[in-house]
Amino acid sequence: MPTINEKITEEIRAKAKELLESKEVAAFLGFCLGSLPMTTRPFVARSPEEADKLVWNSFCVLNPANYLPELLKSLEPPRGPRDPAPKGPLPKAAVLATGCWSRNISIQIKENQLDRERVVIVGVASRGKVDQRKVKARFPDQEILKIEEEDHKLTVSGQDFEEEINRWDVVRGNCLTCLHPDPVMLDIRIGEPGQERKNDSPFQQVNEIENKSTDKRWQWFQDEFASCIRCYACRNACPLCYCDTCFVDDSKPQWVDKSIDPVDTGLFHILRAYHCAGRCTDCGACESVCPMDINMRILTKKLSKDVMALYGSEAGMDPEAPLPLSTYKTDDPQDFILTESGAAKEGM
Amino acid sequence: MTNQTSWEPKIIAFLCTWCSYAGADLAGVSRFQYPPNIRIVKVPCSGRVSGNMILSALKSGADGVLISGCHPGDCHYISGNYFARRRFGLFSNLLDFVGIEPGRVSFSWISASEGEQFAEVVKTVTERVKKLGPATRLVKKLE
Repeated sequence: MPTINEKITEEIRAKAKELLESKEVAAFLGFCLGSLPMTTRPFVARSPEEADKLVWNSFCVLNPANYLPELLKSLEPPRGPRDPAPKGPLPKAAVLATGCWSRNISIQIKENQLDRERVVIVGVASRGKVDQRKVKARFPDQEILKIEEEDHKLTVSGQDFEEEINRWDVVRGNCLTCLHPDPVMLDIRIGEPGQERKNDSPFQQVNEIENKSTDKRWQWFQDEFASCIRCYACRNACPLCYCDTCFVDDSKPQWVDKSIDPVDTGLFHILRAYHCAGRCTDCGACESVCPMDINMRILTKKLSKDVMALYGSEAGMDPEAPLPLSTYKTDDPQDFILTESGAAKEGM
Repeated sequence: MTNQTSWEPKIIAFLCTWCSYAGADLAGVSRFQYPPNIRIVKVPCSGRVSGNMILSALKSGADGVLISGCHPGDCHYISGNYFARRRFGLFSNLLDFVGIEPGRVSFSWISASEGEQFAEVVKTVTERVKKLGPATRLVKKLE
Protein backbone atom coordinates (compact mmCIF):
# COMPACT_ATOMS: atom_id res chain seq x y z
CA MET A 1 0.00 0.00 0.00
CA PRO A 2 1.76 3.20 -1.13
CA THR A 3 1.80 6.12 1.30
CA ILE A 4 0.25 9.48 0.50
CA ASN A 5 3.67 10.97 -0.23
CA GLU A 6 4.62 8.09 -2.52
CA LYS A 7 1.39 8.57 -4.45
CA ILE A 8 2.05 12.30 -4.72
CA THR A 9 5.64 11.63 -5.86
CA GLU A 10 4.33 9.36 -8.62
CA GLU A 11 1.77 11.93 -9.70
CA ILE A 12 4.39 14.69 -9.72
CA ARG A 13 6.77 12.61 -11.85
CA ALA A 14 4.03 11.71 -14.31
CA LYS A 15 2.86 15.30 -14.60
CA ALA A 16 6.42 16.61 -14.93
CA LYS A 17 7.11 14.10 -17.71
CA GLU A 18 3.94 15.06 -19.50
CA LEU A 19 4.68 18.80 -19.28
CA LEU A 20 8.32 18.42 -20.31
CA GLU A 21 7.56 16.01 -23.16
CA SER A 22 4.86 18.22 -24.61
CA LYS A 23 7.32 21.13 -24.31
CA GLU A 24 4.70 23.14 -22.47
CA VAL A 25 7.35 23.96 -19.88
CA ALA A 26 11.11 24.07 -20.28
CA ALA A 27 11.80 23.24 -16.65
CA PHE A 28 10.03 21.70 -13.67
CA LEU A 29 11.07 23.02 -10.27
CA GLY A 30 10.69 20.58 -7.41
CA PHE A 31 12.79 18.54 -5.01
CA CYS A 32 15.16 15.61 -5.22
CA LEU A 33 16.62 13.59 -2.38
CA GLY A 34 19.54 15.10 -0.49
CA SER A 35 22.70 13.23 0.38
CA LEU A 36 21.87 12.92 4.08
CA PRO A 37 18.80 11.46 5.76
CA MET A 38 16.03 14.02 6.35
CA THR A 39 17.26 16.33 3.59
CA THR A 40 15.98 17.27 0.17
CA ARG A 41 17.44 19.58 -2.42
CA PRO A 42 15.62 21.97 -4.73
CA PHE A 43 15.86 20.39 -8.14
CA VAL A 44 15.11 21.51 -11.68
CA ALA A 45 14.12 18.80 -14.12
CA ARG A 46 14.80 19.92 -17.67
CA SER A 47 14.10 16.68 -19.54
CA PRO A 48 11.47 13.92 -19.16
CA GLU A 49 14.21 11.52 -17.97
CA GLU A 50 15.22 13.85 -15.16
CA ALA A 51 11.64 13.95 -13.93
CA ASP A 52 12.21 10.56 -12.28
CA LYS A 53 14.48 12.22 -9.73
CA LEU A 54 11.66 14.36 -8.35
CA VAL A 55 10.42 13.42 -4.87
CA TRP A 56 7.82 14.58 -2.41
CA ASN A 57 8.18 13.94 1.32
CA SER A 58 7.97 15.62 4.70
CA PHE A 59 11.46 17.04 4.41
CA CYS A 60 10.82 19.36 1.46
CA VAL A 61 11.29 22.41 3.69
CA LEU A 62 12.90 24.89 1.30
CA ASN A 63 10.65 27.30 -0.53
CA PRO A 64 10.85 26.76 -4.32
CA ALA A 65 9.40 30.24 -4.96
CA ASN A 66 12.84 31.49 -3.92
CA TYR A 67 14.45 29.98 -7.03
CA LEU A 68 11.67 30.72 -9.48
CA PRO A 69 12.51 34.25 -10.74
CA GLU A 70 16.11 33.30 -11.38
CA LEU A 71 15.12 30.04 -13.06
CA LEU A 72 12.82 31.90 -15.46
CA LYS A 73 15.59 34.36 -16.26
CA SER A 74 17.94 31.48 -17.04
CA LEU A 75 15.41 30.00 -19.47
CA GLU A 76 15.37 33.12 -21.65
CA PRO A 77 17.64 33.03 -24.70
CA PRO A 78 20.93 34.80 -23.91
CA ARG A 79 21.07 38.45 -24.90
CA GLY A 80 23.08 41.57 -24.16
CA PRO A 81 21.79 44.29 -21.85
CA ARG A 82 20.80 46.52 -24.79
CA ASP A 83 19.40 43.83 -27.05
CA PRO A 84 15.64 43.94 -27.56
CA ALA A 85 13.50 41.33 -25.84
CA PRO A 86 13.04 38.21 -27.98
CA LYS A 87 9.83 38.00 -29.99
CA GLY A 88 7.15 35.49 -29.15
CA PRO A 89 6.36 33.83 -25.84
CA LEU A 90 9.27 33.05 -23.52
CA PRO A 91 9.79 29.52 -22.14
CA LYS A 92 7.69 28.58 -19.12
CA ALA A 93 8.54 26.79 -15.91
CA ALA A 94 6.37 24.63 -13.69
CA VAL A 95 6.75 24.83 -9.92
CA LEU A 96 5.43 22.86 -6.98
CA ALA A 97 3.38 24.96 -4.59
CA THR A 98 1.75 24.33 -1.25
CA GLY A 99 -0.34 26.93 0.59
CA CYS A 100 2.49 29.18 1.74
CA TRP A 101 4.63 28.73 -1.37
CA SER A 102 1.72 29.67 -3.64
CA ARG A 103 1.18 32.79 -1.55
CA ASN A 104 4.84 33.67 -2.06
CA ILE A 105 4.44 33.21 -5.80
CA SER A 106 1.39 35.46 -5.72
CA ILE A 107 3.44 38.11 -3.89
CA GLN A 108 6.27 37.83 -6.38
CA ILE A 109 3.80 38.35 -9.21
CA LYS A 110 2.41 41.38 -7.39
CA GLU A 111 5.92 42.77 -6.95
CA ASN A 112 6.72 42.27 -10.64
CA GLN A 113 9.33 39.63 -10.01
CA LEU A 114 7.42 37.00 -11.95
CA ASP A 115 5.29 36.85 -15.05
CA ARG A 116 2.15 34.83 -14.30
CA GLU A 117 1.99 33.76 -17.95
CA ARG A 118 5.32 31.99 -17.64
CA VAL A 119 4.57 29.99 -14.50
CA VAL A 120 2.61 26.76 -14.31
CA ILE A 121 1.71 26.27 -10.66
CA VAL A 122 1.45 22.63 -9.68
CA GLY A 123 -0.48 22.72 -6.42
CA VAL A 124 -0.04 20.18 -3.64
CA ALA A 125 -1.87 20.50 -0.33
CA SER A 126 0.69 20.48 2.47
CA ARG A 127 0.38 17.94 5.27
CA GLY A 128 2.99 19.79 7.33
CA LYS A 129 6.74 19.43 7.00
CA VAL A 130 8.95 17.73 9.54
CA ASP A 131 11.52 19.70 11.50
CA GLN A 132 14.89 17.86 11.45
CA ARG A 133 15.85 19.63 14.66
CA LYS A 134 12.90 18.10 16.50
CA VAL A 135 13.75 14.62 15.24
CA LYS A 136 17.43 15.01 16.12
CA ALA A 137 16.53 16.29 19.57
CA ARG A 138 14.84 12.95 20.27
CA PHE A 139 18.06 11.07 19.60
CA PRO A 140 20.62 13.30 21.29
CA ASP A 141 23.77 11.22 21.08
CA GLN A 142 22.88 8.95 18.20
CA GLU A 143 23.46 9.41 14.53
CA ILE A 144 20.36 8.97 12.42
CA LEU A 145 21.26 6.98 9.32
CA LYS A 146 17.89 6.24 7.85
CA ILE A 147 14.36 7.47 8.14
CA GLU A 148 11.31 5.84 6.65
CA GLU A 149 8.08 7.68 6.33
CA GLU A 150 4.54 6.46 6.53
CA ASP A 151 1.41 8.57 6.61
CA HIS A 152 1.37 9.16 10.34
CA LYS A 153 4.62 7.80 11.67
CA LEU A 154 8.33 7.95 11.01
CA THR A 155 10.70 5.05 11.55
CA VAL A 156 14.06 6.41 12.59
CA SER A 157 17.03 4.07 12.59
CA GLY A 158 20.77 4.23 13.16
CA GLN A 159 23.70 1.97 13.99
CA ASP A 160 22.02 0.02 16.77
CA PHE A 161 18.56 1.41 17.19
CA GLU A 162 15.25 1.66 15.44
CA GLU A 163 12.34 3.63 16.78
CA GLU A 164 8.93 4.73 15.59
CA ILE A 165 7.78 8.27 16.24
CA ASN A 166 4.51 10.04 15.60
CA ARG A 167 4.94 12.32 12.59
CA TRP A 168 2.77 15.15 13.91
CA ASP A 169 4.96 15.41 17.05
CA VAL A 170 7.95 16.48 14.98
CA VAL A 171 6.21 18.76 12.49
CA ARG A 172 7.64 22.29 12.19
CA GLY A 173 6.19 25.04 14.36
CA ASN A 174 4.95 27.08 11.41
CA CYS A 175 3.12 24.06 9.97
CA LEU A 176 1.47 23.39 13.33
CA THR A 177 -0.12 26.85 13.36
CA CYS A 178 -0.72 26.96 9.59
CA LEU A 179 -4.27 27.85 8.56
CA HIS A 180 -4.03 27.54 4.79
CA PRO A 181 -2.34 24.29 3.71
CA ASP A 182 -3.98 24.37 0.28
CA PRO A 183 -2.57 26.54 -2.55
CA VAL A 184 -4.39 29.84 -3.08
CA MET A 185 -3.70 29.72 -6.81
CA LEU A 186 -2.87 26.74 -9.01
CA ASP A 187 -3.02 25.49 -12.59
CA ILE A 188 -2.67 21.75 -11.95
CA ARG A 189 -3.63 19.87 -8.81
CA ILE A 190 -1.71 16.93 -7.44
CA GLY A 191 -3.32 14.75 -4.75
CA GLU A 192 -6.35 15.62 -2.67
CA PRO A 193 -7.34 19.22 -1.88
CA GLY A 194 -6.40 20.28 1.67
CA GLN A 195 -8.86 21.56 4.22
CA GLU A 196 -8.67 25.05 5.69
CA ARG A 197 -7.63 24.60 9.28
CA LYS A 198 -8.94 26.28 12.39
CA ASN A 199 -6.75 27.62 15.14
CA ASP A 200 -8.06 29.82 17.92
CA SER A 201 -4.66 31.23 18.79
CA PRO A 202 -2.31 31.09 15.82
CA PHE A 203 -0.14 33.74 17.50
CA GLN A 204 0.25 31.96 20.83
CA GLN A 205 4.07 32.19 20.81
CA VAL A 206 3.98 35.89 19.98
CA ASN A 207 1.45 36.56 22.72
CA GLU A 208 3.63 34.85 25.29
CA ILE A 209 6.51 37.19 24.53
CA GLU A 210 4.26 40.25 24.32
CA ASN A 211 3.06 39.54 27.84
CA LYS A 212 6.56 39.83 29.25
CA SER A 213 7.90 43.13 30.61
CA THR A 214 10.05 45.34 28.37
CA ASP A 215 13.22 44.27 30.18
CA LYS A 216 12.33 40.58 29.91
CA ARG A 217 11.60 41.00 26.22
CA TRP A 218 14.96 42.63 25.70
CA GLN A 219 16.61 39.76 27.55
CA TRP A 220 14.72 37.26 25.42
CA PHE A 221 15.79 39.06 22.23
CA GLN A 222 19.43 39.08 23.32
CA ASP A 223 19.39 35.40 24.26
CA GLU A 224 17.53 34.18 21.20
CA PHE A 225 19.84 35.85 18.69
CA ALA A 226 23.12 35.57 20.62
CA SER A 227 24.32 32.55 18.67
CA CYS A 228 23.78 34.12 15.22
CA ILE A 229 26.89 33.82 13.06
CA ARG A 230 25.55 36.16 10.36
CA CYS A 231 25.75 33.53 7.64
CA TYR A 232 22.62 35.06 6.03
CA ALA A 233 21.20 31.61 5.29
CA CYS A 234 17.81 32.91 6.48
CA ARG A 235 18.01 35.71 3.96
CA ASN A 236 19.18 33.47 1.13
CA ALA A 237 16.42 30.92 1.67
CA CYS A 238 13.74 33.60 1.73
CA PRO A 239 11.64 34.12 -1.42
CA LEU A 240 11.02 37.73 -0.34
CA CYS A 241 14.72 38.65 -0.30
CA TYR A 242 15.51 39.36 -3.92
CA CYS A 243 17.03 42.88 -3.74
CA ASP A 244 20.15 43.20 -5.91
CA THR A 245 21.96 44.81 -3.02
CA CYS A 246 20.76 43.83 0.43
CA PHE A 247 20.95 46.45 3.18
CA VAL A 248 23.50 44.30 5.00
CA ASP A 249 25.82 44.41 1.98
CA ASP A 250 25.61 48.19 1.64
CA SER A 251 28.80 49.92 2.71
CA LYS A 252 27.81 53.47 1.84
CA PRO A 253 25.98 54.02 4.10
CA GLN A 254 26.81 51.04 6.23
CA TRP A 255 23.51 50.40 7.98
CA VAL A 256 24.69 47.29 9.76
CA ASP A 257 28.34 46.56 10.46
CA LYS A 258 29.72 43.23 9.32
CA SER A 259 30.42 41.73 12.69
CA ILE A 260 28.81 39.42 15.21
CA ASP A 261 28.55 42.17 17.79
CA PRO A 262 25.15 41.64 19.47
CA VAL A 263 24.04 45.11 18.31
CA ASP A 264 24.78 44.34 14.67
CA THR A 265 23.14 40.94 14.90
CA GLY A 266 20.10 42.54 16.53
CA LEU A 267 19.85 45.25 13.87
CA PHE A 268 20.15 42.66 11.13
CA HIS A 269 17.34 40.54 12.52
CA ILE A 270 15.02 43.47 13.26
CA LEU A 271 15.48 44.91 9.78
CA ARG A 272 15.35 41.55 8.02
CA ALA A 273 12.01 40.82 9.66
CA TYR A 274 10.75 44.35 9.06
CA HIS A 275 11.48 44.08 5.34
CA CYS A 276 9.19 41.03 5.27
CA ALA A 277 6.31 42.88 6.95
CA GLY A 278 3.04 42.17 5.20
CA ARG A 279 4.80 39.79 2.81
CA CYS A 280 5.93 36.88 4.98
CA THR A 281 3.75 33.81 4.54
CA ASP A 282 5.36 31.95 7.44
CA CYS A 283 6.78 29.23 5.16
CA GLY A 284 9.50 28.55 7.73
CA ALA A 285 12.37 28.26 5.24
CA CYS A 286 14.48 30.75 7.26
CA GLU A 287 14.26 28.68 10.42
CA SER A 288 14.76 25.39 8.61
CA VAL A 289 18.09 26.50 7.13
CA CYS A 290 19.48 28.18 10.25
CA PRO A 291 22.66 26.36 11.30
CA MET A 292 22.42 27.80 14.81
CA ASP A 293 18.79 26.83 15.47
CA ILE A 294 17.63 30.41 15.98
CA ASN A 295 13.86 30.94 16.00
CA MET A 296 13.85 34.09 13.90
CA ARG A 297 10.37 33.33 12.57
CA ILE A 298 8.87 34.78 15.74
CA LEU A 299 9.74 38.32 14.55
CA THR A 300 8.00 37.90 11.21
CA LYS A 301 5.11 36.21 12.98
CA LYS A 302 4.76 39.25 15.24
CA LEU A 303 4.62 41.45 12.14
CA SER A 304 1.99 39.19 10.54
CA LYS A 305 -0.07 39.50 13.68
CA ASP A 306 0.15 43.30 13.62
CA VAL A 307 -0.56 43.53 9.89
CA MET A 308 -3.66 41.41 10.47
CA ALA A 309 -4.75 43.44 13.51
CA LEU A 310 -3.98 46.93 12.15
CA TYR A 311 -4.55 46.61 8.40
CA GLY A 312 -6.63 43.45 8.19
CA SER A 313 -4.69 41.59 5.55
CA GLU A 314 -2.88 38.30 5.32
CA ALA A 315 0.18 38.04 3.08
CA GLY A 316 -0.53 36.68 -0.39
CA MET A 317 -4.01 35.37 0.40
CA ASP A 318 -5.72 37.60 -2.13
CA PRO A 319 -3.76 37.81 -5.39
CA GLU A 320 -5.91 40.78 -6.45
CA ALA A 321 -5.45 42.97 -3.35
CA PRO A 322 -2.46 45.33 -3.06
CA LEU A 323 0.22 44.49 -0.51
CA PRO A 324 -0.56 46.07 2.88
CA LEU A 325 2.49 48.37 2.87
CA SER A 326 2.02 49.55 -0.68
CA THR A 327 -1.41 50.91 0.04
CA TYR A 328 -3.06 52.92 2.81
CA LYS A 329 -6.36 54.03 4.24
CA THR A 330 -6.93 57.58 5.35
CA ASP A 331 -8.20 56.31 8.71
CA ASP A 332 -5.38 53.89 9.53
CA PRO A 333 -4.75 53.55 13.28
CA GLN A 334 -2.36 56.21 14.57
CA ASP A 335 -2.43 55.95 18.35
CA PHE A 336 1.33 55.61 18.39
CA ILE A 337 1.72 59.13 17.01
CA LEU A 338 2.52 61.53 19.81
CA THR A 339 0.35 64.37 18.57
CA GLU A 340 -2.64 62.06 18.02
CA SER A 341 -2.75 59.82 21.07
CA GLY A 342 -5.08 60.89 23.85
CA ALA A 343 -2.69 60.15 26.71
CA ALA A 344 0.22 62.09 25.30
CA LYS A 345 -2.00 65.04 24.49
CA GLU A 346 -3.08 65.36 28.09
CA GLY A 347 0.50 65.31 29.26
CA MET A 348 1.42 68.05 26.86
CA MET B 1 31.17 58.20 31.56
CA THR B 2 27.87 60.03 31.76
CA ASN B 3 26.93 61.54 35.04
CA GLN B 4 23.18 61.30 35.65
CA THR B 5 22.95 64.84 36.97
CA SER B 6 24.78 66.54 34.12
CA TRP B 7 23.62 64.15 31.44
CA GLU B 8 21.64 65.64 28.61
CA PRO B 9 20.06 63.33 26.03
CA LYS B 10 20.92 63.54 22.37
CA ILE B 11 17.82 63.24 20.22
CA ILE B 12 17.90 62.89 16.46
CA ALA B 13 14.86 64.43 14.80
CA PHE B 14 13.97 63.48 11.24
CA LEU B 15 11.75 66.32 10.04
CA CYS B 16 10.04 66.51 6.71
CA THR B 17 11.10 69.58 4.83
CA TRP B 18 7.58 70.79 3.94
CA CYS B 19 5.80 70.78 7.28
CA SER B 20 7.76 69.81 10.36
CA TYR B 21 11.00 71.49 9.41
CA ALA B 22 9.07 74.65 8.60
CA GLY B 23 7.26 74.20 11.92
CA ALA B 24 10.62 74.07 13.69
CA ASP B 25 11.62 77.18 11.80
CA LEU B 26 8.48 78.93 12.91
CA ALA B 27 9.12 77.91 16.52
CA GLY B 28 12.50 79.61 16.27
CA VAL B 29 11.24 82.72 14.52
CA SER B 30 8.42 83.04 17.05
CA ARG B 31 10.88 82.66 19.95
CA PHE B 32 9.22 79.59 21.48
CA GLN B 33 11.60 77.98 23.94
CA TYR B 34 12.33 74.28 23.64
CA PRO B 35 15.11 72.03 24.96
CA PRO B 36 18.30 72.19 22.88
CA ASN B 37 18.63 68.39 22.88
CA ILE B 38 17.45 67.74 19.37
CA ARG B 39 19.63 67.48 16.29
CA ILE B 40 17.54 67.98 13.21
CA VAL B 41 17.98 65.98 10.03
CA LYS B 42 15.93 67.41 7.20
CA VAL B 43 14.32 64.78 4.98
CA PRO B 44 12.15 65.34 1.90
CA CYS B 45 9.16 63.50 3.37
CA SER B 46 8.38 61.37 6.41
CA GLY B 47 7.93 58.59 3.86
CA ARG B 48 11.67 58.83 3.22
CA VAL B 49 12.50 57.72 6.75
CA SER B 50 13.24 54.02 6.88
CA GLY B 51 13.81 51.63 9.74
CA ASN B 52 17.49 51.60 8.76
CA MET B 53 17.79 55.31 9.57
CA ILE B 54 16.07 55.04 12.93
CA LEU B 55 18.17 52.08 14.06
CA SER B 56 21.31 53.67 12.65
CA ALA B 57 20.69 56.71 14.85
CA LEU B 58 20.25 54.52 17.93
CA LYS B 59 23.30 52.43 17.02
CA SER B 60 25.45 55.52 16.69
CA GLY B 61 24.54 56.69 20.18
CA ALA B 62 21.33 58.73 19.96
CA ASP B 63 19.32 58.52 23.17
CA GLY B 64 16.09 59.15 21.34
CA VAL B 65 14.71 59.53 17.85
CA LEU B 66 11.82 61.74 16.73
CA ILE B 67 10.23 61.41 13.32
CA SER B 68 7.83 64.10 12.28
CA GLY B 69 5.89 64.76 9.11
CA CYS B 70 2.89 66.57 7.70
CA HIS B 71 -0.56 65.86 9.07
CA PRO B 72 -2.41 63.14 7.13
CA GLY B 73 -3.92 64.73 4.07
CA ASP B 74 -1.37 67.57 3.99
CA CYS B 75 1.56 65.68 2.46
CA HIS B 76 3.38 67.66 -0.20
CA TYR B 77 3.67 64.41 -2.15
CA ILE B 78 -0.03 63.64 -1.54
CA SER B 79 0.37 60.28 0.21
CA GLY B 80 3.95 59.93 1.53
CA ASN B 81 2.92 60.23 5.16
CA TYR B 82 0.05 57.73 4.74
CA PHE B 83 2.52 55.08 3.63
CA ALA B 84 4.92 56.16 6.36
CA ARG B 85 2.16 55.82 8.96
CA ARG B 86 1.59 52.16 8.07
CA ARG B 87 5.29 51.39 8.19
CA PHE B 88 5.95 53.28 11.44
CA GLY B 89 2.98 51.63 13.12
CA LEU B 90 4.52 48.23 12.48
CA PHE B 91 8.03 49.40 13.22
CA SER B 92 7.29 50.93 16.59
CA ASN B 93 5.42 47.76 17.58
CA LEU B 94 8.38 45.65 16.48
CA LEU B 95 10.83 47.77 18.48
CA ASP B 96 8.56 47.42 21.49
CA PHE B 97 8.43 43.66 20.90
CA VAL B 98 12.21 43.24 21.01
CA GLY B 99 12.41 45.26 24.21
CA ILE B 100 13.29 48.79 23.16
CA GLU B 101 11.80 51.08 25.82
CA PRO B 102 8.61 52.85 24.66
CA GLY B 103 9.51 56.53 24.30
CA ARG B 104 12.93 56.07 22.72
CA VAL B 105 11.45 56.43 19.28
CA SER B 106 8.58 58.89 18.86
CA PHE B 107 6.47 59.99 15.96
CA SER B 108 4.48 63.17 15.48
CA TRP B 109 2.60 65.23 12.92
CA ILE B 110 3.57 68.92 12.92
CA SER B 111 2.42 71.35 10.25
CA ALA B 112 4.32 74.43 9.09
CA SER B 113 2.04 76.68 11.14
CA GLU B 114 2.45 74.75 14.39
CA GLY B 115 5.57 76.35 15.85
CA GLU B 116 4.17 76.21 19.36
CA GLN B 117 3.16 72.56 18.99
CA PHE B 118 6.64 71.77 17.72
CA ALA B 119 8.17 73.24 20.86
CA GLU B 120 5.68 71.22 22.94
CA VAL B 121 6.51 67.97 21.14
CA VAL B 122 10.23 68.51 21.62
CA LYS B 123 9.63 69.21 25.32
CA THR B 124 7.56 66.03 25.72
CA VAL B 125 10.04 63.89 23.81
CA THR B 126 13.02 65.25 25.74
CA GLU B 127 11.28 64.67 29.07
CA ARG B 128 10.39 61.11 28.09
CA VAL B 129 13.94 60.32 27.02
CA LYS B 130 15.37 61.98 30.14
CA LYS B 131 13.15 59.78 32.28
CA LEU B 132 14.43 56.69 30.46
CA GLY B 133 18.07 57.69 30.91
CA PRO B 134 20.93 57.15 28.45
CA ALA B 135 20.20 54.59 25.74
CA THR B 136 21.88 51.24 26.29
CA ARG B 137 19.94 48.98 23.94
CA LEU B 138 21.05 48.62 20.33
CA VAL B 139 23.86 51.12 21.00
CA LYS B 140 27.12 50.03 19.51
CA LYS B 141 30.05 50.62 21.83
CA LEU B 142 33.41 50.96 20.19
CA GLU B 143 36.10 49.26 22.21
